[in-house]
Amino acid sequence: MQARLPDFDGSTVEALPQILRGALIELSHAKRIPHLGSALSCIDLMIAAYWLTMRIDPRKPFHPNRDRFILSKGHAAKALYVCLAYRGFFDIDLLQQLGVEGGPMAEHPGPKCLPGVEAATGSLGHGLPIGLGQALAARIHKRNYRVFVLISDGECNEGSVWEAAMMASAHALNNLTVIVDFNKWQATGRSEEVLNLSPLADKWRSFGWDTVEVDGHDVETINDILRSTSLKQPRALIAHTIKGKGISFMEDDNNWHYRIPNADELARANIELGLS
Amino acid sequence: MRNAFAEEIMRLAELEKRLVLLSGDIGNRLFDGFKAKYPERFFNCGVAEANMTGVAAGLAMSGLRPVTYTIAPFATTRCLEQIRNDICYHDLPVTIVGVGSGLGYAELGATHQSLEDIALLRSIPNMTVLCPADPIETRFALQASLNQNHPVYLRIGKKGEPAIHKSTLDYNIGKAIKLRTGSDMALLTTGVIAPLAMAIAKTLSLQAIEAEVLHFPSVKPLDEDALSYCLKTYDVVASLEEHSRIGGFGAAIAELTSDMGCDLRRLLRFGTQDVFLHEAGDMHYARNRHGLSLEPIINAICCSLNNQNHLVC
Repeated sequence: MQARLPDFDGSTVEALPQILRGALIELSHAKRIPHLGSALSCIDLMIAAYWLTMRIDPRKPFHPNRDRFILSKGHAAKALYVCLAYRGFFDIDLLQQLGVEGGPMAEHPGPKCLPGVEAATGSLGHGLPIGLGQALAARIHKRNYRVFVLISDGECNEGSVWEAAMMASAHALNNLTVIVDFNKWQATGRSEEVLNLSPLADKWRSFGWDTVEVDGHDVETINDILRSTSLKQPRALIAHTIKGKGISFMEDDNNWHYRIPNADELARANIELGLS
Repeated sequence: MRNAFAEEIMRLAELEKRLVLLSGDIGNRLFDGFKAKYPERFFNCGVAEANMTGVAAGLAMSGLRPVTYTIAPFATTRCLEQIRNDICYHDLPVTIVGVGSGLGYAELGATHQSLEDIALLRSIPNMTVLCPADPIETRFALQASLNQNHPVYLRIGKKGEPAIHKSTLDYNIGKAIKLRTGSDMALLTTGVIAPLAMAIAKTLSLQAIEAEVLHFPSVKPLDEDALSYCLKTYDVVASLEEHSRIGGFGAAIAELTSDMGCDLRRLLRFGTQDVFLHEAGDMHYARNRHGLSLEPIINAICCSLNNQNHLVC
């Protein structure tokens, strides 16, 4: 089934949160892809990074001095695919290949599956160590690119996240930024209840990270914080988000971790987004 | 072998500017020279092997040639998913060095022994598994690893391994090296247990059995031509390794023998048993406990040679 992907003329970043949400919901519906709530939760963070913060040229996806973005919460892959397509790394029509047998887009991103995909992810806790390696490489090569790694709050269950947190701090990697999509849910329950996550910001702070809390749907403020760097510390952005953000009947409802919208729900969502 | 590794990586760092050495808080003083000369290319990653392996992947993605180094089980089984997903899935030029592999650290207990690492790593796509026999070969293997554009697991011993090769050797990944000529059977070996293979051959010779001894520098890729030659030439082909009989060198030989449509009854596989040792003891003690010593192996080989004489094929 073809997804009815909304147009974007490239001029108004302000319209992107609605447009990309529309694309995500259309794709989830047409291609039967779950994890919609997770993608809606982090899409504003990615809009800020891809359209406002990062030094990237979609025509030069392998430029050695490009900023790097790793979607460590790989289950939100369609948010990555949608951002890369609408940002111009590849044709928007290619999104119709999502989940199609033999195509490049699996439900978690594969290595170099598309221009702009920096790392294959899916199993949680892998993105930050990889990003840390890329940030160290910048220092070795004397390059000034920055590395952004988006992780989920549930992902903070993984020990490897904290191994990387210690090493980044030990090496004062101020070119590394972790963005925690703190939507308060993980696959089967409240992240607060599953492994007693709080105080999450203080945890990062105590690991030596310059930690800032922000409304994870306020694109302008996210960009302001992402653009600024700390002098001697890696930066942690604890982004308070709402799973399923933007669609009233999906917001903070963890059923949308796995549910796929039917035709009626798709129509209602599009009306709410002003896209119908 | 670890000293040979430390000297060789120091030498190669001069030639290969992309080389970066990552250590898992081990190698006390071993890398002092490297740290002093190349401080920007040495990272003690702490006791955090999963992160170290992911960092190596990130460095390799950025055009560098990282080498990770720690005790074999921590370099491999501890962080297996990072090796699989971060390094092998991306097919990155990272060399993973496991020191004191097999029973090298037997006296430290089963936690420090690595008898499953070949089985686990050789099953991962894009991975090459190298098991040098002595310090000289360790140098060649490291050099060859850095020339590969793919992941490599370099499984080395600890210290004091006797020289098996002459001062130079014709080293090629995937190419077996003949250590002894023979006429009655083949004895195939990999890794630091090669001296035992030579001792076995010498003892068999006293009984007028001449074993051809072949050392396989890599378990993956496995030298198919060398194995095929042995199966065509000899009635008995024995394998010897300091690794579990499950999934290791001998198992790889059995798989290939089966794939080639040859008779598996001619194979004898000597490796460690499917048990954890719960008692103290050094490498020699542990090898004996696993049956990796002269007497049981000679007996099994003689028994097999006698049986093969009566085998109607």
